[in-house]
Amino acid sequence: MADTNTTDRLPPAVRTEALESLLTERGLVKSEVLDGFINRFVNDVGPMNGAKVVAKAWTDPDYRQHLLADGTGAIKELGFAGPQGEHIVVVENSDDVHNVVVCTLCSCYPWPVLGLPPEWYKDPAYRSRMVREPRTLLSEMGLDLDDDVEVRVWDSSAENRYLVLPQRPEGTDDLSEEELAALVTRDAMVGVAKVGAT
Amino acid sequence: MDGIHDMGGMQGWGTVAIDPDEPVFREPWHGRAFAMGAMSMGLSGTNLDAFRHGLERLHPYDYLVDGYYGRWLACAETLLVDSGVLAPGAVEARARNLTGETVDEPADVEENKPVYERGGAGSLREIDEVPAFSPGDRVRAKDMRTGGHTRMPGYIRGRTGTVRALRPAALLPDTNAHFLGENPQHVYTVEFDSTELWGPDAEAAALRIDLFESYLEAT
Repeated sequence: MADTNTTDRLPPAVRTEALESLLTERGLVKSEVLDGFINRFVNDVGPMNGAKVVAKAWTDPDYRQHLLADGTGAIKELGFAGPQGEHIVVVENSDDVHNVVVCTLCSCYPWPVLGLPPEWYKDPAYRSRMVREPRTLLSEMGLDLDDDVEVRVWDSSAENRYLVLPQRPEGTDDLSEEELAALVTRDAMVGVAKVGAT
Repeated sequence: MDGIHDMGGMQGWGTVAIDPDEPVFREPWHGRAFAMGAMSMGLSGTNLDAFRHGLERLHPYDYLVDGYYGRWLACAETLLVDSGVLAPGAVEARARNLTGETVDEPADVEENKPVYERGGAGSLREIDEVPAFSPGDRVRAKDMRTGGHTRMPGYIRGRTGTVRALRPAALLPDTNAHFLGENPQHVYTVEFDSTELWGPDAEAAALRIDLFESYLEAT
């Protein structure tokens, strides 16, 4: 068990700076490499990737079938792969079934398609309650589900990562794949929201 | 281990609010702690399971106090100190010196990286064993107790569910985290009814969770 320092610990910002200086002066990391790593997750890896996957599935029935059968492969076709995406399973929402994803033990999340998890996903309240009272928690987060909808909660406890394929909103028949992608939100792809038409 | 990290079903944490304008990293140190946390596995000669166990081994106060990236930072330090890449107290001393104090920094220690065999990159493996269970089978999550790492959360121990899918085989976190071997196993998605987990008054829901073969027994 690691010791703790509850009274005189220094703030995390300066401890981070200290760790970086120790590692850089030993030649173990380069600050530019850290910068590149950070920039990738700020600019290149995020829910815009997952939104492209969803929009393609909405407009291309063959792709949708492929995506549901082999999430990792279909997602890789669009160029998205990497850490925390070794095996991605796509689960589809319908009028009868609503899927929602959690990781109770840490905060596992499909990075290649959604980027890094938002604060609410990492919050102890989300991690503890989504498996125990999902309907109540979803309602508190703004999503009310009818009693006859089956709620499926996926606890990402191994190396499989889950992406929710939300329902395509009505009134979007005329939209292009690109316009559809702009409607798809991170929250809908985790399953705490639906996709709205506007 | 039964620790602060095993949050499924805990009560008393309040509610959550979605901030639609949340940046990827709210503070500059979040990004740097994330990057160094990710790199700490390679630098310490450990692995992802050891990293997760490093998070679990943090004192509950340390686990919570600085949030997600605070625990990544603390875990990176834990792994680097465990492997002798940094001396115990090195980060604290450097941080004090960065804030205007003048303290002695500890001398470097001998490296002590774990020695163990790896079966390849990543966590997934091909195995020859015939899966013990098939979709539709009723299974019980064993009443396992360990002080080490496991990916079986406490809330399903002893509960009975139904296998829904066979997933790719993966190395067993329980041994890999401790450098005791990869022991790749079949992984199953098992569904538990909410009433099996939380009693007859539970909200209607189906809980699906991925479990390693050795976590399960036939009913």
